[in-house]
Amino acid sequence: MIVNSLGRELPETIGNYVVRPYQGAYATPASTDTVVTKRTMGHRIPGDTKLLGSLKEAIVASGLKDGMTISFHHSFREGDMIIGQVLTSIRELGIKGLRFAPSAVVNIKNPSIVDFVKDGTIDRIEASGIRGQLGDAVLAGEMKNPVILRTHGARPRAIEAGELQIDVAFIGASAADDYGNCTGCVGPNACGSLGYSFVDAHNAGCVIVVTDNLVDYPCAPASISQQYVDYVVKVDQIGDPDKIGKGAARLTKNPRDLMIAERTVDLIAASRRFKEGFSFQTGAGAIPIAITKYLADRMREKGVKASFALGGIPAAIIDMYDEGLVRVVECSQSFDSVAARAIADRPGVIEIDNADYANAYSKGGFLNREDFGVLGALEVDTDFNVNILTGSSGEMMGGLGGGPDVAGGAAISIVTIPIIRGRTPSIVKRVFTLCTPGETVAAVVTEAGVALNPKHKNYQELKEDLEQTSLKLVTIEELQQLAESMTGVPKPIETTDRVACIVEYRDGTVIDVIREVKR
Amino acid sequence: MAKGELMRTSMYAGGTSPVKMIQAGFYNEDCLVYDLEDSVSAGEKDAARFLVYNAVKYQRPKDKYILIRVNGIYSKELDEDLEAAVRAQPDAIRIPKVEYASEVVKIDEKITAIEKKAGLPVGGIQLWCNIESYLGVLNAQEIATASPRVAAMALGAEDFTASMSAQRTKPGWEIFYARNAILMACRAAGISAQDAVFSDINDNEGLEKDLEMTRALGFDGKTCVHPRQIDKVNACFTPSQKEIRNAQRVLEALEEAARNHTGVCTLDGGMVDKPMELRARTTLAKAEAAGIKFGGVVR
Amino acid sequence: MELKKPAMAGTMESSDVQITLRPNPGQGIIINLQSDVKVMFGDAIEETVRAVLAEFDVRDALVDVKDKGALDFVIRARMQCAVCRAAEVQYDWGKGDPNG
Repeated sequence: MIVNSLGRELPETIGNYVVRPYQGAYATPASTDTVVTKRTMGHRIPGDTKLLGSLKEAIVASGLKDGMTISFHHSFREGDMIIGQVLTSIRELGIKGLRFAPSAVVNIKNPSIVDFVKDGTIDRIEASGIRGQLGDAVLAGEMKNPVILRTHGARPRAIEAGELQIDVAFIGASAADDYGNCTGCVGPNACGSLGYSFVDAHNAGCVIVVTDNLVDYPCAPASISQQYVDYVVKVDQIGDPDKIGKGAARLTKNPRDLMIAERTVDLIAASRRFKEGFSFQTGAGAIPIAITKYLADRMREKGVKASFALGGIPAAIIDMYDEGLVRVVECSQSFDSVAARAIADRPGVIEIDNADYANAYSKGGFLNREDFGVLGALEVDTDFNVNILTGSSGEMMGGLGGGPDVAGGAAISIVTIPIIRGRTPSIVKRVFTLCTPGETVAAVVTEAGVALNPKHKNYQELKEDLEQTSLKLVTIEELQQLAESMTGVPKPIETTDRVACIVEYRDGTVIDVIREVKR
Repeated sequence: MAKGELMRTSMYAGGTSPVKMIQAGFYNEDCLVYDLEDSVSAGEKDAARFLVYNAVKYQRPKDKYILIRVNGIYSKELDEDLEAAVRAQPDAIRIPKVEYASEVVKIDEKITAIEKKAGLPVGGIQLWCNIESYLGVLNAQEIATASPRVAAMALGAEDFTASMSAQRTKPGWEIFYARNAILMACRAAGISAQDAVFSDINDNEGLEKDLEMTRALGFDGKTCVHPRQIDKVNACFTPSQKEIRNAQRVLEALEEAARNHTGVCTLDGGMVDKPMELRARTTLAKAEAAGIKFGGVVR
Repeated sequence: MELKKPAMAGTMESSDVQITLRPNPGQGIIINLQSDVKVMFGDAIEETVRAVLAEFDVRDALVDVKDKGALDFVIRARMQCAVCRAAEVQYDWGKGDPNG
């Protein structure tokens, strides 16, 4: 057993996986190696066609064999219908033992990924999170190989480092021409930014574009260009339009969430970094949407404009852009139909590569320039470590997402969380699964008060700035004690020794593992 | 006990919903009222009593003034409500629809009897009287002084206007007299005067206008009907930076006069008299209690 | 104390618990608990249920607990209410009084 610098016990190897233990958020220097790619130089003479008649044809043409690695992006979220169709075709071709490496969490139902695990089509998974039936199955020991979980930023790093090599990438697009120029920004099932699939398009051995909307050549705009694409397939439906094209989320009515949102904005507005040209990201969810609206109010009041908003973008941020409160919107993902369509018709709303957003091991991306980043969490402990993967009974609930990246890059990272959810304490002594290291978390905002992390690099400035306000500053220990005094002391979750999931940090080191829960 | 006995805002939490009762503990209201009366249906009065008793006894929010509103004086629930409420030991019991001093005396005696049986300090629990009818308004003076337990009176505008066959409006002229009558009775008795709720939670401008009246008339606090009103109402009773600065100047002038042994203290060409000094100290006390930071505090 | 009839207290709202009591003459106490926090607090919930039954000296009961993340004081309150309803008694608030 080895122990990483956060005190988490890790086996030295897990199957074929050699553990490099986490040693600090900025411990791993830049690599001097060139990037690894499986992209081959192609050669198409005029008259060649890339458009194939079916998914099965494309899969055969790609040369996919047992044991290879396939990837998908998650930009269609719960409305995705491509993954199910592709896996079904793969199964019908009798191909087995594949590594499934989507760009994030995938929670499709009917069919469920579990079905393909159970029948051996898939035998290993590398993603950002696994949920529902699949999560339960993995934690019950139904996957022989441990799942590798990576943040949004860690995935492109792993690909370029050659640790995750994709043989065939299936890229769903809401509009594509027959030569592979494609985009998610226009079309009946527009999902918006395809930023998560760029690294796949540039580095996979074979790239197959799947669309339900074949447009005249050339497709414009094009988010992914034809020169990266091997084949194009048209299917009847790439997704459920209601789920892909859902409308803007409404402001929550929950007074507790509104209060947390207001406190967060009070914190941001009190910071010396809240000035003309500042940058921020808020993310998706009830509290983030409320934060976005309150932040807009405050910016209007003080006459402050932002240089950029970053990351996953909801309609609320497009509204800010339209009002002139934000100069540029750097969009790695679109959360609703308003945001999805904004990229095509607003010059300052830009589709960006996820790697440009979150990869710490590039020549420097947006997060390094961000002032304020808001993160959600399932649990936070008294060292400010964050858990966004496992719930109170050890079940898989979330996904790593970009949280650890935002915390690692943003100047002021803010975790918003209620101190209890029902009877579950969210501020605990030790998180069950460590995803985001405490040293990168500047503040925790709850309904019971705001706790600043004395070990964060910007603690001094934040403390000075907040002491001028009437914000209720408390210690993280006080929050934990209050939570525990309400819920009682929970019985710890018992696990076996078998590692079900490996949690990698931005640099590919292992920050924690998730072991099987004892039944 | 509340921090510095601030009573700027009170918020009801119905005794039927655990989640609302728990969440209410986190808002910024000074006073939290667990309710056994109007928010609880007849069939659930017993359940509410158990919930409220256990909440106040075992999960009491710190830093708040805690009240339990019992059912009406003539209700069949009152006696059992008091048995539970007194033993839970809140800061105060809030009585709905008070009309006569004799009603207050009767409840005072019942509470005393229970305090004695339960071995609790007699007189420890205060009373807030809700005035919700014209009789209550007419008898406000005697109600306010009916018992040393009475710490506040509050106007219940909806029921009051109903009793008057009047119409409840946003400008509020129909409750103008009632507001003042209660205020004056409170001043005479030296107790806290609590203004009625502004019930349209979506009308921010309307709330601001109503608060202008609340503040001008001199109320000490106001009942909120929804958490999103709490911060605005607290602000209404919280001195502004300008008022704080002026109060500091008054006290600085007094200190200087004392240091230089000058008999009379002047500021801006006028004399600083006792009422000014009192107002200045009250302003700074309110500001400090509200958590406002200001440097160079003069005591 | 004997439970005279089935009775229920509480709701299925988040942070509440719905308790259904049924007489179980001569068969002791049987608790059926459904809760999302069973792993963390299952034992604590059962302890509170039994403690309230003991408070009333109820020895035979079928207790159905549908927990939605209720804090301990809520479980106590709902149990006390359910017992009084099932046993058709009024709660004696003064039973612990030193000067009763």
